[in-house]
Amino acid sequence: LAVLPIRGMASVDEEIADFTGGAEVVEGGVTLTAPEIAENGNTVPISFDAPGAVAVRIIATGNPSPKVATVNFGPLAGNQSCALRIRLARTQDVLAIAKMADGSFKSAKVAVKVTIGGCGG
Amino acid sequence: MASAVKPRVKVPKSAAAGDVITIKTLISHKMESGLRKDKQGNPIPRQIINRFTCDFNGQNVIDITLEPAISTNPYIQFSAKVPEAGEFVFKWFDDDGSVYEERKTIAVA
Repeated sequence: LAVLPIRGMASVDEEIADFTGGAEVVEGGVTLTAPEIAENGNTVPISFDAPGAVAVRIIATGNPSPKVATVNFGPLAGNQSCALRIRLARTQDVLAIAKMADGSFKSAKVAVKVTIGGCGG
Repeated sequence: MASAVKPRVKVPKSAAAGDVITIKTLISHKMESGLRKDKQGNPIPRQIINRFTCDFNGQNVIDITLEPAISTNPYIQFSAKVPEAGEFVFKWFDDDGSVYEERKTIAVA
């Protein structure tokens, strides 16, 4: 009955491949905004702007489960930006990978220093 | 249904046709990640909001899949095009099967 919390959780590369299907990801074309230093990893405000994207996946590379959110934009989306508050377990890079309308992938990366981790213990 | 779940949404009351407006949403929810343990060392089961959607007059604006790495009381800010007067429907889907819904109408000036 005991469930190991780590079981079944994919690595960062697997999460990226799961989203891109193995396609090449080009850095640039996406703006990811996150604080340089997050005192409290429990709630870190991030936002992204990915003009022309149909979907964006946020990945926290240093979290026990790297996937954070996948944002799909519908026909009435005003622009391809979104702001969220996320949990970061420790100091790490946060990635935003955008799937563009033409099927290509773009990404942005921001390093965030975390003073108090946000995954409990 | 989780206790004390209250969705809040901020939408302008009116806009010009074709305007892009900013929508802010917040729902009070503990977003239990499933990674924490209680005082006895037993894992606390995961209970999060795993999906958020916003539609306007039946057309999709945004559809977000949320993971345990989203903070307590998920805050989501995004923008929407308003082609005509109508109603926004916001839905939050809980792990326990509950769906929390909120509606906001907008007039076109």
